[in-house]
Amino acid sequence: MMYNEKVMDHFTNPRNVGDIEDADGVGEVGNPTCGDMMTIYIKVKDDILTNIKFKTFGCGAAIATSSMVTEMGIGKTLEEALKITRDDVADELGGLPPIKLHCSNLAADALHKAIEDHMRKKQ
Amino acid sequence: MKPIYMDHGSTTAVDPDVVRAMTPYFTEIFGNASSLHSYGEQATVGLNASRQIVASAIGAHPDEIIFTSGGTESDNLAIKGIAYRNQDRGRHIITSNIEHPAVLNTCAYLEKHGFEVTYVPVNDRGLLDVESVKEAVRDDTILITVMHANNEIGTIQPIEEICILARDKGIYVHTDAVQSIGKVPIDVNRIGVDLLSISSHKIYGPKGVGALYIRKGTNIEAISHGGSHERGIRAGTENISGIVGFARAMELAQARFDGDCEHLRSLRDRMIGNILKSIDHSYLNGDLEQRLVNNVNIRFSYVEGEAMLLLLNNKGIAVSTGSACSSKSLKPSHVLEALGLAPEEMHGSLRITLGRENTEAEADRVVEALIEIIGKLRAMSPLA
Repeated sequence: MMYNEKVMDHFTNPRNVGDIEDADGVGEVGNPTCGDMMTIYIKVKDDILTNIKFKTFGCGAAIATSSMVTEMGIGKTLEEALKITRDDVADELGGLPPIKLHCSNLAADALHKAIEDHMRKKQ
Repeated sequence: MKPIYMDHGSTTAVDPDVVRAMTPYFTEIFGNASSLHSYGEQATVGLNASRQIVASAIGAHPDEIIFTSGGTESDNLAIKGIAYRNQDRGRHIITSNIEHPAVLNTCAYLEKHGFEVTYVPVNDRGLLDVESVKEAVRDDTILITVMHANNEIGTIQPIEEICILARDKGIYVHTDAVQSIGKVPIDVNRIGVDLLSISSHKIYGPKGVGALYIRKGTNIEAISHGGSHERGIRAGTENISGIVGFARAMELAQARFDGDCEHLRSLRDRMIGNILKSIDHSYLNGDLEQRLVNNVNIRFSYVEGEAMLLLLNNKGIAVSTGSACSSKSLKPSHVLEALGLAPEEMHGSLRITLGRENTEAEADRVVEALIEIIGKLRAMSPLA
């Protein structure tokens, strides 16, 4: 098996799957050509991420990182969440196969985009 | 629950009967066929008998069989051997764009060494049009190498017709029959082919052994050098135990041919029918008629292959995928690309290759698992 137990757990039992109809911000990354697409939806109250949901088309790593980033982000301030890097997500999962680190580890980017979307809307 | 193996296009389990045939050749009949003493003589008896069996299974003469380490070596020997030996007649080779890497990368290697290669494209059903092969022929064409049946989508190419057009022009024809042997009747004279690659481990034989059929009178050069084994065309002490196992597997494949084909075709059609009927936005890759009896290759919209494969694996079901994410190169399958599929369609393709031991109950269990898994993945897909 190419993935560790934690990655497999997040892949087979992903947390926070779905969308948020009245989301405060939405972030989309990836494209179908490379095989990974993610959409992250956030709810924000007093600059804190109160809810995060995701929808992902992609491999096991893409789904696991999406699930993990929602867990990492919920309860954090926007400022803290913007500091979550791709490496942080991979580390929190106990590591990813090297080949997956670039192509399928886009979840942090999607979260950042959702936060930027929220900040744009607020202005 | 009992695991289900449906990846026979990758490899097969060795038949117990084959293991029994091989066993004495490890410890008792261990001689080197090149030795003059009785140990060598016994090994030679096994080697000759095996050559006779493999030859007669494809309608060839024993002198026309060269044992190799498998399909890849057979393809390399056929293509490089013909190219090197016949380069004074011309340096042009024709192949298709859906060949196995053993052929494609050998052709690419020859391109770096002064040969020209035309890659004739297949149509959207994965079939080669004989007319377009004919159009690719030049005065300096020395070889046409087209696979008999494709390893991913199972399409069977019109190799007989290609042989007819090549014969008029004195062009050698090679075919990689690694996937078709045991599933499509093969008689080298009826097909008219000059060189044909086969492998043992796809037909319930051991890995690391195969053969190249070389029609008598074919001008071919050795590509590995050493002793005078295999008529000087393939140096190296013969893998007698492997060759004996390969021959036994060929015998079994021949004896079970009709029953195997009927069983596999019925399972294949049952699975294709049930999947297309019960899963929306699922489509068959490759032609339905000109297709290997054991190949099911389906693309599912909005989901990705590696994710499907891993979830199936969790349920004890082994299949394969053409998705880029599952390949070490991160490139999608060149075969699915050749069908003109969009990237997201290629990512969602699964290959199921059935085998002798698969049952209807297993076929139904796999379809049930697919319905559940695809439902789950589509529920989290932003594309669905």
